[in-house]
Amino acid sequence: MTTKVDQSSGLAAAAEARIDDLQRRYPTKAATLLHVLWEIQWQDGWISEDRMRYAAKRCGVPISKVLGVVSFYTMYRTKPVGRHHVQVCRNICCHIMGAAPLIEHIKAKIGVGEHEVSADGKWSFEEVECMAGCAWAPMMAINEAYHENLTPEKADRILGELV
Amino acid sequence: MTKVLTGNWGKKDSHLLATYEAGGGYSALKKVMGGLSPAQVIDEVKASGVRGRGGAGFPAGMKWSFVPQNTGKPIYLCINADESEPGTCKDRQILEFDPHMLIEGAIICAYAIRAKIAFFYIRGEFDLPYRRMVKAVEEAFAAGYLGKNILGSGFDLDFLIHKGAGAYICGEETGLISSVEGGRGEPKVKPPFPAVKGAFGCPTIINNVETLATVPWIINNGGAAYKQFGTEKSPGTKLISVSGRVKRPGNYEVPLGYPLQKLLLEDCGGMQDGYELKAIIPGGSSVPVMPAEKALTVNLDYESVAAAGSLLGSGGMIIIDHTQKMPELLEILAHFYSHESCGQCTPCREGTGWAHRVLKKICHGEGTKADLDLLLSIAGQMSGATICFLADSLVMPIRSFLTHFRAEFEALIKAEVPA
Ligand SMILES: Cc1cc2nc3c(=O)[nH]c(=O)nc-3n(C[C@H](O)[C@H](O)[C@H](O)COP(=O)(O)O)c2cc1C
Ligand code: SF4
Ligand code: FES
Repeated sequence: MTTKVDQSSGLAAAAEARIDDLQRRYPTKAATLLHVLWEIQWQDGWISEDRMRYAAKRCGVPISKVLGVVSFYTMYRTKPVGRHHVQVCRNICCHIMGAAPLIEHIKAKIGVGEHEVSADGKWSFEEVECMAGCAWAPMMAINEAYHENLTPEKADRILGELV
Repeated sequence: MTKVLTGNWGKKDSHLLATYEAGGGYSALKKVMGGLSPAQVIDEVKASGVRGRGGAGFPAGMKWSFVPQNTGKPIYLCINADESEPGTCKDRQILEFDPHMLIEGAIICAYAIRAKIAFFYIRGEFDLPYRRMVKAVEEAFAAGYLGKNILGSGFDLDFLIHKGAGAYICGEETGLISSVEGGRGEPKVKPPFPAVKGAFGCPTIINNVETLATVPWIINNGGAAYKQFGTEKSPGTKLISVSGRVKRPGNYEVPLGYPLQKLLLEDCGGMQDGYELKAIIPGGSSVPVMPAEKALTVNLDYESVAAAGSLLGSGGMIIIDHTQKMPELLEILAHFYSHESCGQCTPCREGTGWAHRVLKKICHGEGTKADLDLLLSIAGQMSGATICFLADSLVMPIRSFLTHFRAEFEALIKAEVPA
């Protein structure tokens, strides 16, 4: 779980410096909103309402715009996920290579279903659309890292190594 | 044969500046900055005939020449690394193995159109490609290839990495622009075309990663040399991503016009043991599916694939084997396009979702005969009626799956109960 932090007075200094730099270089401040949201999510793991208010102020846009953007993109999270966020591709090439049984296998192994977080906060799970790993299907991503050419055994090994 | 795009892929540390320079990297940029005018660069790229590799196949040099130079507004370049079309996984390997080739091509394009900033739009899920690009951009700034007064030419170019956050539609050029502007990735009505009025209301060129990565080779060797590969109307080489149950899936650089059968049987080693070829989607999930017999007769160039009833598109070749159920595959695609519809246009927002619900019903054995006609009717109402091409990206699969594999759908229809 994330620790309680003051969410109104900005991000870590390095993140603020990166945002300052980008706001000098982009044609408008508003255009850096996706960057600001990424910085928030990298730091906190998710984006709270307080943080959205902060992003609105930082980019000089209304809060409604921030809400619109956060809800449009699938990767921005409005609640925390597990320490290991498991995303398995369900799309056509992965399906052809056995994604459907693999998805059932992985869900059973980690004991969480779609958009669920395990009680101990270790796992969360999500089916995702094509991640451009088609030639190395089936595939999953755990947090950022891609794991490709999966078999149930290989998935077990990868998941089993995580603490 | 000569590798235009993949020549460095096997090298150790191919992604690093030192490796790229040791292999002659940035010599094209030096040549340009050493005395080619923007018009000369555009002429060379026009002479090469290279067509956009993002899917639409529009000639790159011609697109660049549409940028008005008299508006007084800044000009922007957007590099499209959103790569989200199912079946397509080529751009990411350019970024992983040869990011500097892309950066060099982008700088030359920016110079030709006199852009002030290059926005590199990369899909949010990409991790290794993202880190490699961040590193490569740092190296390029430090070496004086980016930034102020590039190689003493007086030309300035800033390069900004814009990380997406999960939305297929941001690969559509005007959706990409909306996202670069910091908003929801909603496509915009054309005209005006981005070359005239794009990002921030200014002239903007959008090009795919693979398109720009060919530019250094063209400048180094000349447009005429590039034309020696490929066909008259589809010059050059193309990356084809092959997925499915073949022995060696992966990315292949082939001259356009390469026989599909040769790629499949020789390069990819044919089908895996126990699997037979049933059908092929040759150019990414949105193009029409082709039954095996037909697919095996085509050559991989824009004209030949189109003449055979499909499209070369992004070059994402999806191999479908005999164990696959076509209604199930179409249901997956309908789910995808419905999930990715941005929702602005009613025919797309409602039509993709409706088609998906009908297909789900059919796959669950609860469809009726009328549902097949309903699907075609939904497709008919979606086609050509929307702001962008996403709706048609489902229309083409619906029509082609039903044309070639209707019997499989009919077999799932429950027997009509007589009145
Ligand atoms: C729904 C949709 C999604 C698209 N996705 C991509 C993509 O992921 N990458 C890409 O380069 N082009 C994509 N395109 C094509 C772009 O709109 C545009 O034509 C292309 O980036 C132009 O570059 P090019 O001329 O170099 O091909 C997409 C188009 C549509 C309609
Ligand atoms: S066609 Fe679909 S994705 Fe494209 S703008 Fe309309 S609703 Fe959005
Ligand atoms: S279909 Fe799964 S990565 Fe492309």
